[in-house]
Amino acid sequence: MAPAENPAFWPLTVIVFLPALVAAGLSLPIIPKAREEIIRWSTLATTAVVFLLSLWVAVPQFFGAVGPGQFVVGQAEMQGVVKLPWIESFGIEYLLGIDGISLPLVVLTTFISMLAAAASWSIKKHVKAYHILFLLLETGMLGVFVSLDFFLFYVFWEVMLLPMYFLIGVWGGPRREYAAIKFFLYTLLGSVLMLIAILMLYFTSDVRLLSDEQLIATHVVQPSTATQEIASLRSAESAVHTFNLMALAAVGQLPNSPFAATTVWLGMSLETWAFLLLLIGFVIKVPVFPVHTWLPDAHVEAPTPISMILAGVLLKLGGYGILRICYPICPGAGLSLAWLVCGVGVVSMVYGAFAALAQTDFKRMVAYSSVSHMGYVMLGLGVWSAVAGQEYRWEFWAQGVNGAMFQMLAHGISSAGMFFMVGVLYDRVHHRNLNEFGGIFSKMPVYSGLAIVVFFAGLGLPGLCGFIGEVLVTLSSWNYSRPLAVISAFTVILTAAYILWAIQKVYLGAEYRGPYEDALKPITPRELSIATPLVFLAILFGVAPQTLFQYVTPSVNQQVETLAEWTRDVNDGARKMIVAEDDHGVPDGNSVITRAEIVSREIASRWAQD
Amino acid sequence: MTPELNVGTLLNELFIDTVRVSLPLFRPELCLVATIVLLLMCRMLPLLRHLDSGGIALGGVCFAAWYAYVDFLSIGSQMGDPLLSADAVRNELFGGLLVFDSFTAFLRLVLAGFLVLYAVLTKLSGIPDREDGADFYSLVLGSSLGMCLMVSANNLVMVFMAIEMASVPSYVLAGMLKGRPASSEAALKYAIYGAGTAGVMLYGISLISGVLGTLALPDLSFEISRVLAVGGTSGSTMVLCLGGLMLSVGLAFKLSAVPFHFWCPDVFEGAAAEVGAFLSVASKAAAIALLVRVAFAFSAPVGDTALGMSASAVAGSDVRHFVVYVIGLFAAITCTFGNLAAYGQTNMKRLLAYSTIAHAGYIMMAVAAAVAMVAISVDGARDAVSAVAFYLATYLFMNLGAFGIVALLRNRLKSEEIASYAGLIHGSPGIVVAMAVVLVSLVGLPPLAGFVAKFLVFSSLVDAITAGAESPLMLSLLVVGGFNTVISLFYYLRVLKVMTFDPVPEDRVSEPFPFVSISGAMITGLVLPVLVFGVFWSGLYAAAHLAGVIAS
Repeated sequence: MAPAENPAFWPLTVIVFLPALVAAGLSLPIIPKAREEIIRWSTLATTAVVFLLSLWVAVPQFFGAVGPGQFVVGQAEMQGVVKLPWIESFGIEYLLGIDGISLPLVVLTTFISMLAAAASWSIKKHVKAYHILFLLLETGMLGVFVSLDFFLFYVFWEVMLLPMYFLIGVWGGPRREYAAIKFFLYTLLGSVLMLIAILMLYFTSDVRLLSDEQLIATHVVQPSTATQEIASLRSAESAVHTFNLMALAAVGQLPNSPFAATTVWLGMSLETWAFLLLLIGFVIKVPVFPVHTWLPDAHVEAPTPISMILAGVLLKLGGYGILRICYPICPGAGLSLAWLVCGVGVVSMVYGAFAALAQTDFKRMVAYSSVSHMGYVMLGLGVWSAVAGQEYRWEFWAQGVNGAMFQMLAHGISSAGMFFMVGVLYDRVHHRNLNEFGGIFSKMPVYSGLAIVVFFAGLGLPGLCGFIGEVLVTLSSWNYSRPLAVISAFTVILTAAYILWAIQKVYLGAEYRGPYEDALKPITPRELSIATPLVFLAILFGVAPQTLFQYVTPSVNQQVETLAEWTRDVNDGARKMIVAEDDHGVPDGNSVITRAEIVSREIASRWAQD
Repeated sequence: MTPELNVGTLLNELFIDTVRVSLPLFRPELCLVATIVLLLMCRMLPLLRHLDSGGIALGGVCFAAWYAYVDFLSIGSQMGDPLLSADAVRNELFGGLLVFDSFTAFLRLVLAGFLVLYAVLTKLSGIPDREDGADFYSLVLGSSLGMCLMVSANNLVMVFMAIEMASVPSYVLAGMLKGRPASSEAALKYAIYGAGTAGVMLYGISLISGVLGTLALPDLSFEISRVLAVGGTSGSTMVLCLGGLMLSVGLAFKLSAVPFHFWCPDVFEGAAAEVGAFLSVASKAAAIALLVRVAFAFSAPVGDTALGMSASAVAGSDVRHFVVYVIGLFAAITCTFGNLAAYGQTNMKRLLAYSTIAHAGYIMMAVAAAVAMVAISVDGARDAVSAVAFYLATYLFMNLGAFGIVALLRNRLKSEEIASYAGLIHGSPGIVVAMAVVLVSLVGLPPLAGFVAKFLVFSSLVDAITAGAESPLMLSLLVVGGFNTVISLFYYLRVLKVMTFDPVPEDRVSEPFPFVSISGAMITGLVLPVLVFGVFWSGLYAAAHLAGVIAS
């Protein structure tokens, strides 16, 4: 299909590449360095255009009837798939698409980027270089969310690193160099592990195993030329490898998945290894205990707009990767390692909350609160793969995943808001010591009101956005493990403790106890125009969560239902086999059987039949 | 072979072989020879003495590059021709001493393309002054001639001669900076190491030829299988192993593989940056190509012709196992050591020397994978050789770019210490961005060419693992490679950190580097391919894949 024929080609491509294009334009010497206002405004305009375009795709009713290329709300399948050949010898494609999981994150990214661009007026040095890197970073983030080709995904994933390194390292605080290299080293370690997993999956995959319908549904073949393409696939002599994420997921969910049947090392299947390697790559980004240590440093040193992006968007990439890649492609490993995902989620939830309690630096406290909140995301995602007794009630799992998705979006709003609120204060008094604040409410009443709403949203107060995700995750984890559910419910108390203390120390109190008291001027219109939308959304999503769920739920439910059926097939298959093999005929539902065993037994029985 | 020995027939055959077959495929080398002669002639004739030697050299290498390009296109179209078999495009030249196939054509194109860029770069950076110009260029071209022979060597004697031909001029090049003790020391070290390893290698070659009775590379694997299958005289296996290891010493010296790398940092630091560029790109490409040829010659699968099939197959797989492990161990140690040693460097050229060592390790991993897969998965082996070829092509731009920037900055700053680059971003942002692209590409981050090259190397390793070819070794190489990528980040980024984060030293007197200039255009021309091949690498990979056909 020619690009012009596909109505989704231009919207998605422009959303991803417009920032990079503008960055390239800005880098030309024709734009003089001294004209800082031009650079700032063109960056803000670019991010605004990208945001409006993503809104045009996501909420067509604002712009009239649903046209081609726009998102159909309530449809679970991948929409607007763009498929162009890129590197044909490796089957690498320019494959983009959006569904209910990625679209809200795309809109979140464009929204937070726009606000962060507006917040970048506080950047005073090397304005041109800053905005070029900022725009490149936006392209990388958006590209990750829309790419459906694993190679393309990895390229965008890595493209984010270098701009982020410089943004922290040049425009950051006193320990910026340390924070920047630490961020880079941690993420690169995760990326390399991910690359190894990608290659292993690629070389073991074989799209010939898929049925004709699956080949069309996963966009391995174009619907228009499906017959010829399928015929040529079927006649291929050796395995046809693929980087297509949907096709890899379909291959991974086959009863005779080659990923589960291949043993790599230490007796563990390729599926398990790939799951572990990908998981490490993603949880470094999330981040969870014990690989979270880059986050407080990066956050504290990064300038305010970059902290907003870090907390608002970058942390979501990890959760998105687990949801989009780890589980669908390696369901068997996900099932057997559910305890690991849930466990690290709960540990970092508790650890982050306690660490936040101990901080005296305002920004560091907010950073640790991110670690704690992202723990809920991990728990919600992990609960997905749990087996609810023998009933396979996929609704329980769907509840957890929907809660995790909501938590990611809500945290994107509230944490970006919290970092911005800290930044507003820091710009005035140039310190962040919690013990040297107080009485801000009387000096900056409007700002303090908005800030308190945002912090309450982070706390998870009912009626604000933070509540919905946490409660859904906690409820769903009850069916998986009661201790974990109890711990995660109690963590809310810790969260309340550190946030209320912070509010009390900073905003309440009789008088301000730190330096630069005269600088505490009321909030400026520019700051107000950044804070208001965040506060508005924090309330809107808390009161009407349906605005988000109508996008998220269909896609999440479909994926969870598919995997629930898969789990039932695997477990029932295992039980039947055990029953059949057991001469005494006593069904033993508790016996532990790995998926690799099941697959190998199945293959053996097929051979026996032949 | 006609039974009667007739001088006329012999001469006639020799004439046909040389003039009809060999010389037409030898045109790039002939161009180099002609240029060398011209350069030396110009020095003797008073009238021509004022001609610019750099211009002559540039013209000559442009011709060579053009012929290399034409040869590559024609062999490419021949290989695309379904009527011709794969063997038809393998031409043995000069009575089997050299071989011309797509691998030769590709590598020769890389070398000739390098020489064109190199001639322009040295003209701009001005390291050979008017006095030295003719010497410098004739030495560079002479060494390149040796490298062209290295990539097409088809006989162990030719291997030795080509290595010597490439090395001896580089000893002199290392000492080009007259009056600098460091430069003379570098040249002396280089020459002594080179002589020592050459001796060892020659001894190894004579051991091998003594046992096998042949020096022709295509016959080696068959003869080895025969000797091993028959059992041979006592100790012949031992002698073969020794010979192979001694041969590998010579190759490892050219590759600067650990532990035969000691000359490399000293030579790079002592010699001019331009010489470093030559040694790290051209010499490395030729050495890797030669390694591929020799490794395949030892371990190519043998058909069941005269010998019992099972015996020869077993013997062949033993040899392959040995070769793969030798290369793989060299690769892992070289890569790790190079990266670790690069940490502490304060001199940019020394840092790049260790980076060169490390990259040789990455490339050798793909060579090991190719050899491991040669009898198991022909497609996989071909992909692995293609990865090697692709790596070398992109390495040209990355490293020539890095050394070029070092050379141009040296002309401004009068220093090659990393610390002297502090805060360059403030005056000369263009060259810092160029350096950033090159260094990040050396780390191997997308969307730059270095990433694609590394991706291809890692994918050949994973391919070998899934194909079950020496899986444990390949898995450990994969882990070592990944680990090294992470640790290499640190020292490459340190250079960027100094250039961007650090404040400008107060005593800097030099003018900022004007990026809108001929030098800037040269650097852009070197750096742009790093970006372009990082995104649109289909074409280059297709060309590299043609070169990979020697594995099948």
